[in-house]
Amino acid sequence: MEFGLSEDQRLIEQSLRGHLADAVDLDLIRRLAADKGGFDADLWAGLCELGLPGLLVAEAHGGTGLGMLEAAVAAEALGYSAAPTPFVGACVMAPLAVSLAGGEEQRRHWLPAIAAGEVRLAVGAGALAGATGTAELSLSGAHLSGRLTGLLDGGGASHALVYLADGRAAIVALDADGVALSARPSLDRTRPLADLDLDDAEAVLLDGADDAPAVARRVLDAGRLMLAADTLGAGQCMIDQAVDYAGQRVQFERVIASYQAVKHMCAEMVANLEPCRSLVWYAAHVQDLDDEAERRVLACLAKAHLAEVGREVARTATEVHGGMGFTDLMGLHFWFKRISYDRQVLGGPERCRQDAARAQGWLAA
Amino acid sequence: MDLTYSTKHQELQAEIRAFIEAEGHRSPKFGGGRNRPDQQALDWQGLLLERGYFARTVPTEYGGHGAEPDVLETAIIADEFSRAGISPGLLDVGNLIVVPSLLDLGSEAQCARWVRPTLTGETIWCIGNSEPGSGSDMANAQTKAVAVGDDFVINGQKIWTSGAHYADMMFLLCRTEAEAPKHKGLSYLLVPMDTDGIEVRPLVTMTERPEFNETFLTDVRVPMDQIVMGRGDGWKVAIASLKHERVMLGDPNKQLQRLHGIREMMRETVIDGVAVMDLPEYRDRLLRLQAEVLAAKFHNMRLLTLHDRGEEPGIPGLIQKLYGTTLNHKLSALAIDVLGEAGLPYEPHEFGENDPATAWQIDYMYDIGLIIGGGTSQIQKNIISERGLGMPREPKAVVPPARS
Ligand SMILES: Cc1cc2nc3c(=O)[nH]c(=O)nc-3n(C[C@H](O)[C@H](O)[C@H](O)COP(=O)(O)OP(=O)(O)OC[C@H]3O[C@@H](n4cnc5c(N)ncnc54)[C@H](O)[C@@H]3O)c2cc1C
Repeated sequence: MEFGLSEDQRLIEQSLRGHLADAVDLDLIRRLAADKGGFDADLWAGLCELGLPGLLVAEAHGGTGLGMLEAAVAAEALGYSAAPTPFVGACVMAPLAVSLAGGEEQRRHWLPAIAAGEVRLAVGAGALAGATGTAELSLSGAHLSGRLTGLLDGGGASHALVYLADGRAAIVALDADGVALSARPSLDRTRPLADLDLDDAEAVLLDGADDAPAVARRVLDAGRLMLAADTLGAGQCMIDQAVDYAGQRVQFERVIASYQAVKHMCAEMVANLEPCRSLVWYAAHVQDLDDEAERRVLACLAKAHLAEVGREVARTATEVHGGMGFTDLMGLHFWFKRISYDRQVLGGPERCRQDAARAQGWLAA
Repeated sequence: MDLTYSTKHQELQAEIRAFIEAEGHRSPKFGGGRNRPDQQALDWQGLLLERGYFARTVPTEYGGHGAEPDVLETAIIADEFSRAGISPGLLDVGNLIVVPSLLDLGSEAQCARWVRPTLTGETIWCIGNSEPGSGSDMANAQTKAVAVGDDFVINGQKIWTSGAHYADMMFLLCRTEAEAPKHKGLSYLLVPMDTDGIEVRPLVTMTERPEFNETFLTDVRVPMDQIVMGRGDGWKVAIASLKHERVMLGDPNKQLQRLHGIREMMRETVIDGVAVMDLPEYRDRLLRLQAEVLAAKFHNMRLLTLHDRGEEPGIPGLIQKLYGTTLNHKLSALAIDVLGEAGLPYEPHEFGENDPATAWQIDYMYDIGLIIGGGTSQIQKNIISERGLGMPREPKAVVPPARS
């Protein structure tokens, strides 16, 4: 048995982390947060060079054909640096959807462009995820009408991949007639949500899936797992910042890190977060296996559990910083809000646990 | 235990219900307190004072209603206003911290001068306790006030001063006795914010709003009689005023209102055709919180009774801030979860009444701020265990050097 990242996976992790450490600092996060667009061409170009959009795309279609574990490692790294960039939708859900549900011709058309970072897809899966927003799309022939709120990765997107309530997926070009995508600044300023209004818009329906709802669930689960991994990274970064701050701040003539209360807050955070890393790794590992129930259960539980642990870590790390933690100045809140966002999109923890229960037959479907 | 309503109480209840029926529409939205009250809030405050539903036990010569303390009366008023979703009046730091502190410890002249305008909302206060180097260790305040002629001359810096950008007065902790030991050298001064030498720089919080400030004091002159108690009595004043602050931060009536707000939201929010209220996993959380909020409410009545009897509340009093602020955070956490994805759009600068997403996200963050502000949860736990449970203080450790 070997439960851990392979040599290659660690190299991928190191090169991405190294790149992000150089490319993303608090100034960039602040600038992009103020801009609220969720996309930076330079940052995106750098991530394309590292092959992020093509990570899950088969080599035959211009990608690197890697798996969900590599994607999870990348998501964790992005969360750690609070990178203001599309990923979960554009680099994971979309290529997976096209790979698994697209016909031969469609895959040949879309995947190379996705892998090259030229086609960037916003993704709307609200109809499947138990979202509280609006998901009212209707299909007539090859044309879509209606409204879908809460799309991921709308910033800098060229197209949108949307899910119908029956699990079929369609792609619309954002510059086509009858298509209007409007970004709504979200709590996480670096990742806006987008609302899509369609009026008899031309759509490409993915036509290669035997069982479209099953593929849709798989794509949704992949997205959920990426959000879990993102929270893992963001939470780890908040802990690191808290430990660092506690080592510098003096109150009552003592470094606050020397108070047992502060030490225990920090110890509790890592004690809760470290097992999450193993959970995310295993959940990612099974996503590439052929066991639908196992895939679903692990992705949903990982999303739900990381949301709970992430919330505690976000609050506790803020508390360790005292009043400074509550200021904008400190910048800690960018990670705090990232964790909130990860929790609230694609179904909150309650919903994810319900899905896990259904997948295990503990609850009527 | 006697909770039966005497005729007097029944009459009061009927009177308030009639009042709410007739005048309730004039109430400003409940909550707020992070801005200067607008005209509607001031008018409402005037009406409540006139009827004696605010400052009920404050002596009439200071602008109150002069009633004898009566827990049941207090509870009836709070209950009726809370149930109707109507503002119980200005719950700002002036009314919740400064007024009770002045009534306890201030001179007659100070009460006569400051209490009435604070009750009416004409005078808004801010609290100048924290400094960059002294948050939890508040007694380490370094802002200095030196006696010069009939004045104190103040120099120093405060931080995290909530509301300093719109306040008229500051309740200022400073060091007047340079030679005295840490806790013995402090005093509280009442400082008009328009005095020369005060500069307020807004400090943006994680909500993106400039909710607190850095306040710089340079050669600020204040008449000597604007000291609360005597020179070097500041720590006594601090203990008394912090007690009031901690009560404010755990107000159970506000929690009841928030609980009702969440209940309504759970009825209105629908996921896949099912109201959130009909999903047992959410409903159970609401019910747990209802129990916690009710416990807080009755706990508060118990504390009011102890106070009226002149008994020291002990542990029941010490736990209030920790319990209340933690509970507040749990309430807003549930609200955020109910809102789900639709709770993410965030417009903190121009959010209106129809934007529960932004309002609850702000609360969710601000509630953490209040877990920290006014003495952090860890400091509260130290106080509860050491003062309440009589456990020994942490030994003075050899100071590990700070990493530079
Ligand atoms: C929203 C908000 C509003 C505020 N409004 C005001 C205001 O109006 N006026 C004002 O004067 N101040 C205000 N403050 C400041 C507030 O009172 C301080 O932030 C608070 O007392 C904590 O001090 P600090 O920020 O210096 O944190 P620190 O004291 O540096 O604490 C950092 C961490 O160390 C821990 N710690 C420190 N000492 C100990 C110890 N002995 N044992 C165990 N743990 C310890 C703390 O619990 C915390 O987790 C406000 C703060 C906030 C967040």
